[in-house]
Amino acid sequence: MNKIVMKRQLSAEVFELEVEAPLIAKERKAGQFVVLQLGDDFNERIPLTIADADVDKGTITLIVQAVGESTHRLVRLEEGDYIANLLGPLGRPTDVRKYGRVVIVGGGIGTAPAYPIARAMKDAGNEVRVIIGARNENLLIFEDRMRNVDKDTIIVTDDGSKGIKGVVTAPLEELCQNWKPDCVVAIGPAVMMKFCALTTKKYDVHTLVSLNTIMIDGTGMCGGCRVVVDGKMKFVCVEGPEFDGHLVDWDNLMARQATFRDFEKEHHHKCHIDMQIEEGRA
Amino acid sequence: MKSRQEMNLEAAQMLEKLPEDLSVKDRMAIPVCPMPSQDPAVRCHNMKEVALGYGEDQAVLEAKRCLNCKNRPCVALCPVSIDIPRFVGFVAQRKFREALDVILESSLLPSICGRVCPQENQCQKNCTVGKAHKNVDEAVAIGRIERFVADWAMENGISSIPPVAPDSGKKVAVVGSGPASIAAAADLRKAGHDVYMFEALHKTGGVLVYGIPEFRLPKALVEREIGKLKDMGVHIETNYLVGRTRTIHELMEEDGFDAIFIGTGAGLPKFMGIPGENYVGVFSANEYLTRSNLMKAYDEKDSHTPLYHAKRVAVFGGGNVAMDAARTALRLGADDVTIIYRRTREEMPARKEEVEHAHEEGVNFLMLSQPVEITADEKGRVNGVVVRRCELGEADESGRRRPVEIEGSDYLLPFDCVIVAIGNASNPLIKMTTPEIEVNRRGNFIVNEETGETSIKGVYAGGDIVLGAATVILAMGQGRKAAKAMNEYLERK
Repeated sequence: MNKIVMKRQLSAEVFELEVEAPLIAKERKAGQFVVLQLGDDFNERIPLTIADADVDKGTITLIVQAVGESTHRLVRLEEGDYIANLLGPLGRPTDVRKYGRVVIVGGGIGTAPAYPIARAMKDAGNEVRVIIGARNENLLIFEDRMRNVDKDTIIVTDDGSKGIKGVVTAPLEELCQNWKPDCVVAIGPAVMMKFCALTTKKYDVHTLVSLNTIMIDGTGMCGGCRVVVDGKMKFVCVEGPEFDGHLVDWDNLMARQATFRDFEKEHHHKCHIDMQIEEGRA
Repeated sequence: MKSRQEMNLEAAQMLEKLPEDLSVKDRMAIPVCPMPSQDPAVRCHNMKEVALGYGEDQAVLEAKRCLNCKNRPCVALCPVSIDIPRFVGFVAQRKFREALDVILESSLLPSICGRVCPQENQCQKNCTVGKAHKNVDEAVAIGRIERFVADWAMENGISSIPPVAPDSGKKVAVVGSGPASIAAAADLRKAGHDVYMFEALHKTGGVLVYGIPEFRLPKALVEREIGKLKDMGVHIETNYLVGRTRTIHELMEEDGFDAIFIGTGAGLPKFMGIPGENYVGVFSANEYLTRSNLMKAYDEKDSHTPLYHAKRVAVFGGGNVAMDAARTALRLGADDVTIIYRRTREEMPARKEEVEHAHEEGVNFLMLSQPVEITADEKGRVNGVVVRRCELGEADESGRRRPVEIEGSDYLLPFDCVIVAIGNASNPLIKMTTPEIEVNRRGNFIVNEETGETSIKGVYAGGDIVLGAATVILAMGQGRKAAKAMNEYLERK
């Protein structure tokens, strides 16, 4: 049982939860994730990246976008409530070392897990530039925190409501041309990471991506998270979540992510109605 | 099909006709009591247990078939050496409580082993009665009698919590909560040690919970067995992945554990290595079964874990897990389920009973066939399997005839889902984070065969992490062996 000690809404559908998990707080390193389950027999297990941790308080920070049924249930929990099951830290930590110049690209909710990596890269003596993108201004998260790492953090929105209008690959390409990074870390939706990797490939810049796949146990047992990297089958939970972005089979990854999309849509719709009934709204 | 009551009544009538003192000839003349089970046409639409268990008179009648022979081949082939003739003898006298006590001297989990042990390859394999009939299927049905005794104890509220020795002052970790770990934890706790069991999932039981389906092993039974450990005072920590949450070294050096038992199992699914295995709709048996069993996805009304709805399902492999996956697929609504196996039914490693049950339920068996490619539509979703015909060649090291692929015999069969059930490799997590643990080339831990001790002092291992994928009872046997050695080690320490 892990108590929620702080809950804050960051945007329309994104919430920050600080959760008691002393062992995970102590052991976790940048790039790792947790799997959580909301108790009883029927809730599903979902992977979430760890955005931050406070060893003294024994807490970790999770950033949750309420997109599916389980994440909706999760964000309905309040401070003082408990998350029944929380397993971690999972996955290999990010390969943090001194590369020289590092660009961190965070897209949407992917900005949250990109933040501890940005900080760790800076602490390792790298010069760090940050690009964060979102569909619109309301969905931007972690801007202030990222500005602590790179005060000139570049903001990009699809609709131009803040920062540059467009997609993150444009400033990334510019940095590749003019700033010549030694390493790029891109975390966000698969399609964003795919195009970041295509961009950096032109300049032959080493690119790490953090993959978010279907997962049940998170310990290597189910194999649901498998991806194709450099023509070989890899398990994201034990061998990832970070891989060389130039070697990932993105189309297969995106197809596999959509395995249960029909089910989820239908189920989510029903669950939404149930929740509205519970809340007296329908 | 006869009901359980009808079968039991028949047994009662037969018992009445038997003389008081049975000769060998009388015993040999008693036919094997059939196992009452759910009608195949009904059960393939529900998750309830298939085999219903003997009634009391059936168990007594079956027990009377035992000759109490001198050479006791059953005991020799039982991985935990249960005194089988003695407990069967008590059942024949309707002394069920005494029979239970005999089993519990050697086994902690009779309700589970009575259901999932491959008895035809163990206790029943060389049974004198079966040998005399020249048919292993006519051996004394030891497993069914064992299950009866365990179920009888449960129905009569007889708890069997073993006594625990006074506090030894030693702290022991048990990693994993499957059969090897359950056995080890119980024996370690009995010796008075403070035992912590660490499980990565949110529920305990390991493969008994995530792997074996409800229709073969009701989860309530597993919970009950774990409950016994709790009653003995074993601390159970779920959501704790040794290797990540804490490493073996941290447990030993910082957290004050005096010894560790590792029973993490063979939790890394193998794939075929053929083209198309990453298409949408291809699942490892572990994933498919975990969704249904652990996450209860078969209960579509209540479960939040999704299922992949498929009409034509191919299952690769011929073991018990392949049978479990195929039978689960039927229950989840597939119209057509086909097991594709490269040898013949004779060579299948699955228990005969499981193969028969699958067959009765309507699973197709495509034998002497090797899948060589999985095909998909333009969205990357499975739409077929290319199968190559095989023939049987010379015997291989396992003694089974080796399948030889026939070149040019490939053909395509339509399927919309593929389940790969060709076994598991050992989970690499502990090795990754504890490099000095010695493993063989398959990744299985190398241990002292007598004690289960690994290459690290005070760290022991047993079950599938040592054996590769094996059986519940072998894992239990290893857990007990290691616990015995650990108890001796801790006494010396």
